[in-house]
Amino acid sequence: MEHVELFFKSIFIDNMVFATFLGMCSYLAVSKKVSTAVGLGAAVIFVLAVTVPMNWLLDQYVLRPGALTWLGPEYADYDLSFLSFILFIATIATMVQLVEIVVEKFAPSLYNSLGIFLPLIAVNCAILGGSLFMQSRDIQTLGLAFNYGLASGIGWFLAILAIAAIREKIRYSNVPAPLRGLGITFIITGLMAIGFMSFGGMLTGGEEKTETTDEVAKVEVQSQDTTEEDESLAEVSQEINNK
Amino acid sequence: MALLSKKDRGLILDPLADNNPITIQVLGICSALAITAQLKASIVMALSVVFVLAVGNVVISLMRNIIPSKIRIIVQLVVVAALVIIVDQVLKAFAYELSKTLSVFVGLIITNCIIMGRFEAFALGNGPYRSFLDGIGNAAGYGLILIIVGFFRELLGSGTLLGFKVLGDPIAKTGLYAIGYENNGFMLLSPMALIVVGIIIWVQRSRNKELIEEN
Repeated sequence: MEHVELFFKSIFIDNMVFATFLGMCSYLAVSKKVSTAVGLGAAVIFVLAVTVPMNWLLDQYVLRPGALTWLGPEYADYDLSFLSFILFIATIATMVQLVEIVVEKFAPSLYNSLGIFLPLIAVNCAILGGSLFMQSRDIQTLGLAFNYGLASGIGWFLAILAIAAIREKIRYSNVPAPLRGLGITFIITGLMAIGFMSFGGMLTGGEEKTETTDEVAKVEVQSQDTTEEDESLAEVSQEINNK
Repeated sequence: MALLSKKDRGLILDPLADNNPITIQVLGICSALAITAQLKASIVMALSVVFVLAVGNVVISLMRNIIPSKIRIIVQLVVVAALVIIVDQVLKAFAYELSKTLSVFVGLIITNCIIMGRFEAFALGNGPYRSFLDGIGNAAGYGLILIIVGFFRELLGSGTLLGFKVLGDPIAKTGLYAIGYENNGFMLLSPMALIVVGIIIWVQRSRNKELIEEN
């Protein structure tokens, strides 16, 4: 139950791009074609799904106050949380290097089309942001951390897929000259973000009710969630087909 | 400006307008959008980035001949992460409330593309003094956009600037509110930051036709 809720919450309500604006640089730069957008999106899903659980382990057993007690009781007072930035980013940089090697070996065409952006995933704010939000939202178990990383990645993937599809279409529209390219992309993203805000009420709607109705409300919300997801997926795939 | 040659002055002034990191180079967008609901947060963020980028540029520039190019990204990340930890600890010590507002976005300075972008594009190929100027210039160009966005969002969204009620008191109905003005709460929501940046880009590119993109 907890897992399903977190999964859909991370995809739609706390969408990396539309709610927290993470990973905007590559989102704007690589969204000119759907095919490259899909490649980068898949890479982000993979890297997030791997780094968030790894950083969760780091946070749990090295960084947080009292985390070092497994070494012995005299370490209970240590608080290394100020080191979290540097350790998280080191994990991420290593993982990205690994992904880069794997992609170069098994999908050379994808490697060439991603070009400079693959190493730059290391400095994609979505990846570090995923780990930092995982820390600040106090995610409880390793499974939930994996779930959170995966779902955030899928949310980012959906966002870049949608904007890439729109940008392929908008090439045929008469946009005012100064707004062409970057400007209109910003404004479209803003409008999409406003659209995504409407997901916000879905999971919080049940909180004020009593315990018993809460369960029912959650189930309702979930079925709503899945249909919403299907709808937006259908929309995106329609957009791709249209081109 | 006798201190700076014409070329050096270009390093500082170009990024403020025609080569702005946010609106032209498309670097460092994330933090520009998320924390600009208040002018104060924007200013603190801008200052943090000026510090990190200027010092980081100097450090990388000093080490540019001894960094093996294969692991340069990791070296750069370590340098930035160390600087950001300093900023984060200073903010926590002297401006705790503000550091709560900025939350993870201080940490995200590490992955702010503007930092890595300047390291790669400038500091690895130039001496420390010029890298320092480049760092100041680019961070200032970044800060400028941040402050413009923060200014409009706070003014139109909550009718205040740095917390001062410049448009009058909405509850006591003084100032502008006396004649029926209302705050636009929509400006405080994060999507509006995207639209404000879009409008800044629009204004800038219609003033300078050379910047217009093909598509």
